[in-house]
Amino acid sequence: MTDSQTATMVEEQAADWLERMDRGDWSEADQSQLDAWLEEAPAHMVALWRLDGAWSFADRLAALRRPSLHETLIARGRGVLPIVAKAAAGIALIAALGTAVMYLVPKPAEKTFATEIGGRKTLELPDGSRIELNTGTQLRLATDGTQRKVWLDKGEAFFDIKHDASRPFVVITAGHRITDLGTKFVVREAADSLEVTLVEGRARFESADTAIKPQLAFLSPGDVVVATATSMDVTRKSQKDLSADLGWRRGVLIFQHTTLAEAAAEFNRYNTQRLVIGDAKTASLQINGTFKNDDAASFAGTARAVFGLKVEKHGDEIVLSQ
Amino acid sequence: MGKMPDNGRDDANRRPQGASAAMRDLKDWFIREVLPLESALMQFLRQNWRDKADIADLRQDVYVRVFEAAQKQIPDTAKPFVLTTARNLLIDRVRRERVIPIETMADLETLGAASNEVSVDRALIARDALAKLQAALDKLPPQCREAILLRKVEGLSRGEIAERMGVTERTVNRHIAEGMRALADMLYSEAADLRRKS
Repeated sequence: MTDSQTATMVEEQAADWLERMDRGDWSEADQSQLDAWLEEAPAHMVALWRLDGAWSFADRLAALRRPSLHETLIARGRGVLPIVAKAAAGIALIAALGTAVMYLVPKPAEKTFATEIGGRKTLELPDGSRIELNTGTQLRLATDGTQRKVWLDKGEAFFDIKHDASRPFVVITAGHRITDLGTKFVVREAADSLEVTLVEGRARFESADTAIKPQLAFLSPGDVVVATATSMDVTRKSQKDLSADLGWRRGVLIFQHTTLAEAAAEFNRYNTQRLVIGDAKTASLQINGTFKNDDAASFAGTARAVFGLKVEKHGDEIVLSQ
Repeated sequence: MGKMPDNGRDDANRRPQGASAAMRDLKDWFIREVLPLESALMQFLRQNWRDKADIADLRQDVYVRVFEAAQKQIPDTAKPFVLTTARNLLIDRVRRERVIPIETMADLETLGAASNEVSVDRALIARDALAKLQAALDKLPPQCREAILLRKVEGLSRGEIAERMGVTERTVNRHIAEGMRALADMLYSEAADLRRKS
């Protein structure tokens, strides 16, 4: 029971907190103040959750703003409402759209950057930020005076972002948004999951798909968010694991008690020549070491020498087995 | 789990939104299972408590009790748990304050049966998500609605919204905070009304 404060007062305060968090310039100091407020009474926590639940639910409105829809609107250059009405047919959203469409921002031109298998590319942005693309990666970049947005379509990229409160840097991938608060972070998209690792600074991670789980997390260095189609989890990585994960920026793979199955999967991200593990016993062997990521053959040679394995070449495959 | 530099303090205290796995699970459960029951809870509270001015405080107290109990263990089924918590809270209030007419007390004894009649169709809520949002947005004051659409649809910053609407950032902040509260009420408390409307 909160005798001193009415529920309405608590809710007003919770709304003020959530609104501040939503601004995108959340600081350590803000977080400590929020923590202090949350410590005061459990009513504060539940009030914040309740508002956050509804506010995250409203992220579904973002579905109205798909790049393809925008391109359609801009390319055709005629009355937008009928087109939108068609796009929104059956979901009774015409009125909301009508309001939204009146305020469409002219979308800055998107530029697409991509790397081949085994490729690596560094983008230097005019604001001093850097983006490094790992193997087999595609991203689209849109920046202008008011926004900086990146859509990571596939692959992995390292972001070193110069913070600018007036132009938040947002990475959007698979329905999730990462908003930097002055940070270095890595985003890796795999077939069925998304992994975001914060290396330095702070960032905010939100899942736009509330059907999955309405989730918002503020990341500290070492935090790793793993999001799948149905869940999101935050774990932590040691400094050692972090630098191993970033080995690709130097063109190397760093293994620490890594199974040969995992090591082969890593090599196969970087090479068209595939490493194949022939049997379960070989797959579970563990290896340590640093290897050039474009040289699966020398890795196979090391594995042969260390474990006494058989190495066979079949066309584009190198098969390791007992 | 390695130790990170400059990270001596317990992170659970710094990131209450997503701190420990247990707290995240609890929040997730609360939003997914408990909040959709809010219209049923409100209906229950209104039916069983005379003074309508108390309803918001009672709801908060129910949530706090649910939160504290679920911290120990998240119950298997949310609905009977929430409604039983509400019932017990009302009984405690009646006993403590001794101001409620005796017939209300009698009603409370039959609540177990009554609570089963209230049903929340979560599948329906999910299916109608966008329609619900639309209905909720329609009820917002125009400026508040505009600020929220610019934020959620266009992803604009406070400064950009202020410029677009020709108001100060402080005003935008107020509209957003107001919109957050209104959306929560409309999406949770008044879900039944919204469904009827749509």
